[in-house]
This record gives sequence, C-alpha cells and structure tokens, in this order.
Amino acid sequence: MELYATELMGAKTYDAQGHYVGRVREFFIEPAEAPNRVSHFLLSRGHFQPLVAKHNQVASVAVGKMQLNVGERALELYAPNESWLAVQKDLLDQQIIDTRGRKVVRVNDVDLTELRSNGNVELRLTQVDVGLPGAVRRLLQGVVPPKVIRKLQSKLPQRAIRWEFVNLVEPDPLRRVKLRITHEKLEDLHPADLADIVEDLSASERQSIIASLDEETAAAVLGELDARLTTQIVEDLGPEKAADILEEMAPDAAADLLADLSRETSEELLDEMPGQEADEVRELLEFDPATAGGMMNPDFIFVGETSTREEVLEWMREQELNFDQLDTIVLLDSGAQYSGAVPIARLLLAPSEQRMAELKLEPLLSLPPTADDKEVFELFDKYNLRMLTVVDKENRPIGAITVDDVVSRLVKK
Amino acid sequence: MNWGIFTASFEGMKSRGSDLQRRIRGLRRRLTLLLAVIGPGLITSNVDNDAGGISVYTQAGAQYGYALLWSLIPMTIALYVTEEMCARMGVVTGKGLSDLIREEFGFRPTFFVMVTGFFVDLANVVAEFAGVAAAMQIFHVSKYVAVPIAAILVWILVLRGTYRQVEVIFLFACVLYLSYLFSAVLAKPDWLLAAEHTVVPNLRLDSGYLIMLTGLVGTTIAPWQFFYLQASFVEKKVGPRQYPQARADVLFGSISCMVIVFFIIVATAATLYVSGHRDITDAAQAAQALFPLAGKGAGILFAFGLLNASLFAASILPLSTAHVICEGLGFEAGIDHKFGEARIFYSLYTLLIVVGAAVVLLPGAPLWKILIFSQVGNGIWLPVVVIFILLLVNRRDLMGEYVNTLTFNIVAWVTAIAMIALTLVLTYTALFQRSAPPGT
Repeated sequence: MELYATELMGAKTYDAQGHYVGRVREFFIEPAEAPNRVSHFLLSRGHFQPLVAKHNQVASVAVGKMQLNVGERALELYAPNESWLAVQKDLLDQQIIDTRGRKVVRVNDVDLTELRSNGNVELRLTQVDVGLPGAVRRLLQGVVPPKVIRKLQSKLPQRAIRWEFVNLVEPDPLRRVKLRITHEKLEDLHPADLADIVEDLSASERQSIIASLDEETAAAVLGELDARLTTQIVEDLGPEKAADILEEMAPDAAADLLADLSRETSEELLDEMPGQEADEVRELLEFDPATAGGMMNPDFIFVGETSTREEVLEWMREQELNFDQLDTIVLLDSGAQYSGAVPIARLLLAPSEQRMAELKLEPLLSLPPTADDKEVFELFDKYNLRMLTVVDKENRPIGAITVDDVVSRLVKK
Repeated sequence: MNWGIFTASFEGMKSRGSDLQRRIRGLRRRLTLLLAVIGPGLITSNVDNDAGGISVYTQAGAQYGYALLWSLIPMTIALYVTEEMCARMGVVTGKGLSDLIREEFGFRPTFFVMVTGFFVDLANVVAEFAGVAAAMQIFHVSKYVAVPIAAILVWILVLRGTYRQVEVIFLFACVLYLSYLFSAVLAKPDWLLAAEHTVVPNLRLDSGYLIMLTGLVGTTIAPWQFFYLQASFVEKKVGPRQYPQARADVLFGSISCMVIVFFIIVATAATLYVSGHRDITDAAQAAQALFPLAGKGAGILFAFGLLNASLFAASILPLSTAHVICEGLGFEAGIDHKFGEARIFYSLYTLLIVVGAAVVLLPGAPLWKILIFSQVGNGIWLPVVVIFILLLVNRRDLMGEYVNTLTFNIVAWVTAIAMIALTLVLTYTALFQRSAPPGT
C-alpha cells in the first residue's frame, strides 16, 4: 500500500501488547545502510524522553496509526544522529535538485511504499511529491478526514520525482559525507543546465555543489554562470581549489573571470596556477575586455601554408586537441607571419594532396588586439565568420576570436 | 615545417597598461560594484510613497502644517531597521522571505501568509489604480481611458522586460519623485520653520493629530515591501560580500523616501494649510487646490507625482505578490523566466492587474471600502510578517555571523512593537471610526 509522509506524521503508535507508546514525530533514513529504507521512527511521549522504533520493530502501518511487533521496553531512547536523514526536517519543504528534469524544486510530501515480510513492515521511500496533491495534503491533513483528501488528490495532476533522480542539497560538507550525498549525477548534466540549477540555489548551497564537482565540470559550469556569481564563488572557494578550476577553463574565460576580481585575489590565484597557463592569462588580462585582445583565446591551431591536407590531419590526430579550437586552422607563411585561415569544413572536403594555402578563405582578414569590439562584431557579421585571427604588429597571429565569444559578448550588451 | 599549438608570445605588448589606467580601472570596478548592488533598497522605499501614502502626507500637511514633520526622522529609522534585516537575510541566505518562512515554519503558516498577502495586495493594487484615475482626472483624461492604458503598460513592462531593464525603469521612476521637490519650491514655503519642526518633536494629544500620526506610519511601512526587497536582492544575486553596498542601498532608499515625504508635506503645508484649505481628503484634491495657490506648475507637478507613484506601485505590487506566492509554494517565479517556464507566476501577475484595474472601472464600485480593507489588511498582516522576520534573522543556523546583535535586536523589537501598536490603532480607527481615516 502507498502511504505519504504527511499521513504518517503524528500517527499513534501501539506496542505488541496493544499499549499506547507515543506519536510519530519524525522518521529517518540511514543512507549508509539502505538508500531508501525508513530506518528509524521518532516517537514522542509528551513529557517523557522520546523513543526510537527501528524498521524491524514495526508490524503494520496505516494512516494515522502504527503497530509495533515488540514491547515498549525493547525501544531505545532517542539520540540525534548526524548520519540519519530526517524526512521532516531535511526533506519536507526543502529544495532538491531533480536531476532528470534538470531543475530545482521544493518538496511538498514524500511517497512511501510498504514492504512486508513475516510479521514486519518496512517502508521504502519511492518518490518525492512536488505537485499540487502534496500541497493539498499538507494543508488539509488533520482538518479533513484522510479519505476525503485521498479522493480529492486523485483528481489533481501529479508531479513527483522518483527517489533515484533526487539530488539533495546539503551545504555542510561533513554531513554530506555522512549522508552519502554525491553530485555524480550532476556531473552528467550539460554544464549549461547545471549552471541554471546552481543559479537557483542559495549561496552556500551553490558553493557546496561547485566545490564537490570535479574541476573540469566546475570550470565548464563557471564558464556558463553569470559574472556576478562566478566572482562570489571563486572568492569563496579558496585560492588552491579556485586555481585548479581556473586551469581547466579556456584562458580567455579565465581572464574574463579574473578581471572581475580584486587585484589581490586575482594575483593570488595566478600565483597558484602553473607558470605557462598563468602567463597566458596574465597577458590576456592586459587587454581591455572590450577589445579584440580581450575577446581572443590565445590557444589556437596553426600550420605551415605549404603542408598538405593529409599531413595536417595526421598531425592533428596525434595531438590532444580541444574541440573548441578545432573550428578553423590558422596558416603561417615561411616568415612565420599570418597568411590565412582554413575552416575545418573546407579541409574535410578537400583531396588529401591539396595544399593548405589553396584552401584558405578570401579575403584575408585579421585585426590587431587593440581593435575595439564593434569592429570585431562588424567583421563577423559582414563576412559570416566563425573565427577571426588576431595579429600583432609584425603580423604574427597571437590569438583567435570564435563566434561563441562574439555571441556571448553580444548577449551581455 | 613549423606547426604546433601556438601559445602566444606577446613581446612588445606587455605592460602597456600604465599605472594610471590601472587606477582608473580600480575606481571603475568599485563604482560598478556599487551600481551592481544598488536598486532594490531604493526602489522598495520609494514605492512606499504610493497613492495611499501621498494622500496621507497631503492631509498631514493640509491639516497640521509643518507640525508633523518631526515624525519623519523616527520613521526613517524604523524603515531602515526593518528593511535592513530583510536585505541582510536575502544577501546572506540567498533565499526569499517566503522561501525561508516555508523552510523554517512549514507549509501551513506559509500558505496562510500567502493567501492573506494575495487579498491584501489585491486591495492595494486597486488603490494604486484609483490613484492613476484620480491623477489623470486632473489632466482631464477619463478613467475609462487612463486605467486600461495604465494596466496594459504595467503588464507589458514586466512581461517583456528582463530584470535589469525593469529595474532601470523603476529607478527612473524613483527620480521622477523629485517633481515633489519642485512642487514644494514653487509653493514658497517657510523653510526655516519647516527645518525647525523637523528636528523639534511636537507631540500633541488631540485624537485627530494622533490618528494622522498613525496614518503616516501605517502607510509608509507596508508588509509586502519586505518580501519585495528581499526577493530583489536574491534575484539580483547579491552575495554576503556585497552586504555593505546592499546596506548602503537600503539606507539611501529609506532617507530618500523620507525626503520626498518631507517635500510633499512642505508643499501642502505652505499652501493648503496657510490658506485654510484644511479639509483636503485626497491627493488629487490637493493638486487641484494647488493651481490657484501656487500656480499651475506646482499643481501639475503634484498631480504628475501622484500619477508616477501610482503607476510605479501598480507595477511593483502585482509583481511582488506573484513572486511571494510562487516562491512559497515552489512554483517557478521571476521575470527572468519566460511565460512557459513560469506559468503560474505570470497568471497571478496578470490576474492581480486585471482585477485591480477592473474594480476601479466598475460604476459605483465601493472604492472607499476597498481602500479601508487594504489599510486594515496591511495592519493585520504587518505584525505577522515582522515577527517572522525577527525570528528568522536571529537564527544562527541561517544567518551565521550575520545574526542580529543585542543592540540591533533591542532597536528592532522596539521598532516592531511600536509599529505594530500604531498600525493596530490605525486598523481600529479605520474599522470603527465613522469618518474616513487618513489615506482614504
């Protein structure tokens, strides 16, 4: 039979001899033992100290009534335990992450199901109710007879999340370990979805989630978040962890983030980062964010213009390349100067012996790092670019601006 | 052949940014920090000066001249103390007030707070649209034209805008309150006398004076504003590090609100009170009376101020109410969501505006009774909300190091009790006095 947490709260409890023991005020799950089994019931007894009934001491459960299979004397006194998840306190009315629906929702009620074995009933948590039926139950329980509520709620649209798709949010890291809360399921979400979820949470919850994600995911999420949030998060993470995450970000994204921090904090973070990455970011920080230099990514792929398609492909297969960089290839002439750009699509269709120089886009476009962002937008718009090379005074390429940089700048404006 | 992943070397490009540039950047950064936070406090406090509020201030000035000006300083303190607690909660917990009430006190208290809130706010929305109608009548525009247009404008503003855009418009509306400053200057008041009455308390014990005093407090501090303030800080993603800026915003807001009240009272005191037009009952009448007394300019500015205030509050109130209800019940809320994502939020918002505007247009609508209901509702709702705030802001598990200090608690509880007592008096007079209470 199905039962709801609301219907169980306040249930009168009788022992094996039929004596009244107390009322159920709270019940717990011990995630370390079984992830969805109700392990303990807290029985309040007015002035006396509350007792605890274990899952194997329950004989039957019904709306408003619980029967034990042992005498009152077999029950232990209640002592708080950090590794128990309290359904009323930790779950009801709190926010959880629905990993399947990819959003933050508030728990109205919890659905339980009975599991019978000889003389014993165990309750298993099946799903959390986040819809109207739960709300109605919470409002009317104890005011209106349970049968009427059940009839009423059957007519309402259901909105529930299966327990295995529920990701709890617990700001306290110690408690999180005790309750076996992991964020593995979150790491499978797209960083943009995860960023939306994180934005809906409070600061401490946000912090706890970012801190427990692996660095790569955390970096991707930070890249998607609102700038105001990223600075708060990075400042609270502590320099070591923050530097680890920054390392995983694209240098231009890392530079954008650091530019919003105070000078001391950003210096501290750069000192924590490995030399080469830190230097790249430092150099980017010298540019005004509203110029080509401030928008570009210093990581890009370049090859000699005389090489053939086959040579280039073979070389690229051997490298550990980031897909974001793999949109357009920059060409250099024999003097190491910028001589053109080849989109991957052209490369794909070309015969294997074709020289790179013959594939390049016309006209030859590039901008100095000091060019302002309007010029960048105009070039992208006019020539329908996907990537634009930034060159220094000697016409050597120093970075590339990709279309996603342009889109995110435009959205911010 | 020279290929490889190019890691840029920027020789000759390094350290172009001179010291000066850096310093300018630092200054700009600090300014952006402040500007990034400012808004919620300023908007919330100013929107307190809504149609009902302006009516009360007008009557206060018309009936008692400068004599009530001293109450503005204690009121500024009360406004700041209560609003600051909400701002702090929003900034520290990152959660709205109804979120916190739900999480800490459970479903039922939340539900009742929200249902009450809905009806009280609806009555307030009616009052705002009535304000629009009154102001436009001075400009000879029929309410059957003015109110529907206002309702549509307000509805579109929030439906089509992002939080940032809407906030900019609201901040602009705050600036428009300055029309009362010019109105006051044109009225040529006795500034010295006004200043003296502002700092020297002048407590009289006749009942009319006391009722006016409670009216002032009751209309200035409305319960819904706390929800709105906290939610705006949350939606703006202001974190604990920006708390000093948030506090500055609230302080600045409270003071600017009271400065506007000062000018309204001064404008009416210098004209209506001095010339004996002391039986003014609403702001529109006051504006009309100002035409012959202080010139056309002063009257138009006064009416324009009323229109601005009514429109401003009419756009914020439904928004805030829809927000509170959705937050508490766990529906998606906030104007950064699209309609499809936050259906209930937008439906509630629309309902409040449509019903609010429609009631004003009903021929023979009991406007007077609705206004009384809005005032009584505010009075009953306020103690509940303030007590919830005080309980929450003292919770160490929520607020950490940001819980109220003892001194702050004393000030806050004294303010709360005084405010509650005064609003209860106002509620009583609104319910049981035969004559119209202030603000109606």
